[in-house]
Amino acid sequence: MAKRIDVSGLNAYYGTHKAIEDISMTVEPRSVTAFIGPSGCGKSTFLRTLNRMHEVTPGGRVEGKVMLDDENLYGSGVDPVAVRRTVGMVFQRPNPFPTMSIYENVVAGVRLNGGRYRKSELDGIVEKSLKGANLWNEVKDRLNKPGAGLSGGQQQRLCIARAIAVEPQVLLMDEPCSALDPISTLAIEDLIGELKERFTIVIVTHNMQQAARVSDRTAFFNLAGVGQPGKLIEIDDTERIFSNPSVQATEDYISGRFG
Amino acid sequence: MEITSATPPGPPPPRKTSRAGDRIFLGLSRGSGILLLVIMAAIAVFLTVRATSALSKNEGDFFTTFEWAANSTPPKFGIAVLAFGTVVSSLIAMLIAVPVAIGIALFISHYAPRKLAAPLSYVIDLLAAVPSIVYGLWGALFLVPHLGGLYTWLNDYFGWTGIFAYQGGAARSLFTIGILLAIMILPIVTSVSREVFLQAPKMHEEAALALGATRWEVIRMSVLPFGRSGVISASMLGLGRALGETMAVATVLSPSFTIGKSLLDPGGGTFAQNIASSFKESGEIGKDALIASGLVLFVLTLLVNGAARLIIARRKEYTA
Ligand SMILES: Nc1ncnc2c1ncn2[C@@H]1O[C@H](COP(=O)(O)OP(=O)(O)OP(=O)(O)O)[C@@H](O)[C@H]1O
Ligand SMILES: [Mg+2]
Repeated sequence: MAKRIDVSGLNAYYGTHKAIEDISMTVEPRSVTAFIGPSGCGKSTFLRTLNRMHEVTPGGRVEGKVMLDDENLYGSGVDPVAVRRTVGMVFQRPNPFPTMSIYENVVAGVRLNGGRYRKSELDGIVEKSLKGANLWNEVKDRLNKPGAGLSGGQQQRLCIARAIAVEPQVLLMDEPCSALDPISTLAIEDLIGELKERFTIVIVTHNMQQAARVSDRTAFFNLAGVGQPGKLIEIDDTERIFSNPSVQATEDYISGRFG
Repeated sequence: MEITSATPPGPPPPRKTSRAGDRIFLGLSRGSGILLLVIMAAIAVFLTVRATSALSKNEGDFFTTFEWAANSTPPKFGIAVLAFGTVVSSLIAMLIAVPVAIGIALFISHYAPRKLAAPLSYVIDLLAAVPSIVYGLWGALFLVPHLGGLYTWLNDYFGWTGIFAYQGGAARSLFTIGILLAIMILPIVTSVSREVFLQAPKMHEEAALALGATRWEVIRMSVLPFGRSGVISASMLGLGRALGETMAVATVLSPSFTIGKSLLDPGGGTFAQNIASSFKESGEIGKDALIASGLVLFVLTLLVNGAARLIIARRKEYTA
């Protein structure tokens, strides 16, 4: 199921602007890796290079290698559509499809690319995914109601259900809790703890406590100045990053003595 | 404790006197609003009176008579052929134009590279500004002589349906009118649809992409559902233009008061075309009869717009 991500020498550009420079890191399977760093240092950009969503932005361009086990995502002949089915993504703002019901939202990805399933199979996928996203009990009686009618936290868990319904290898989350209240945030953090049994998880967060709570490894990104590309400063076990980081800048950032 | 003052200090009372500019503007806008209503009411009364006077002298049934002899004594006229021709030619136009327009709009908004999309949009907006008489001349001089091949082909493969039977002769039929109208409404439907598609939320397009959707699947999952009501509005704009189109139809059609079995039979007519073609030679009653037919066209257009609004309102309820 879960795969290892191995990035080496990665640069990403918006047109002529280099947003991130020379990033190399390894993300272990069945673990949670958190990305932290100041705003604009390229966390989202880097995350989006991991499922080839970066190149969707006009002018978006990537150099370097991203290995998923032993397949280079940027190798010639690799279909970005296939990559995105293997590497799922959850966005900052919950984005269920507004015209679809809860049920249709969950199976939206499953039905893509000519996927034909019997009703009973789909029912099974919906139940399994919603249970996997800890949402089943709240919505099982209204699966045919619009997904947009749920609360923000429920919508975000619906998006997680939708992402895991296609059984990806990796799950990328870009500040998945930043639009949510503390209770919903806790619900999703618990969920992340369960999901890492099955998936490789990468999460971007501005919340230090959250990074400390949910992740096994933490990567700190920083940028030298405005207009400069963002860089990976260090990546280490979360405990170590938060107790005894090897770089001074990391400690300054974490303790709030930044800038 | 000492009570010093009965009235607590508060903000000064609002000034009652409004400024001169406000008063003048209020008077002007209210006045022009009333004037507009009066003028519209006057037009409506005038048209209805004239139309009723013609209808009271009509020897035939206004809705079922296949004839337009409003100037003979006694006058005999009916809108059956005109209503049929108007509705059928507009329907053909919609069936051709709407899918093509959606295709072009999607191409511009989601497929074409920017370098191509901008000039293409510009050309299409330009086409919307071409006067309809130009389309009419082009239809009569180019389209009619060149449609023989298509007519024969339709007859060969679909002649058995009856509605595509073709006996030869000039292609001055309702079908040709439909094609011409389709070309005429294509630009407006395309540019309105394009604007709507461009506004589709990036958030949902990215959601679809991240699930591994191909470009077409992204469009199907996020762009089309979002754009549906906009495309309906765009189509209604086009339909309104097709229903009321005058000069182009009058230039191309060879009018006759018959309803052919086949769409490819020459002849037929539309409300607007009939008014344009017969107005000059009409006497008092003839003109009143044309006014009556014009009112029917007006009601038809109102109904179409009302239906479109209903459809859009229903969609909104679901998405909200
Ligand atoms: N669509 C875009 N076009 C051009 N430049 C962009 C675009 N998106 C981001 N950038 C630039 O790339 C750099 C990195 O942005 P990114 O969004 O990856 O930062 P981030 O670390 O995720 O910030 P935040 O914590 O605020 O989300 C910034 O300098 C930003 O201005
Ligand atoms: Mg970000």
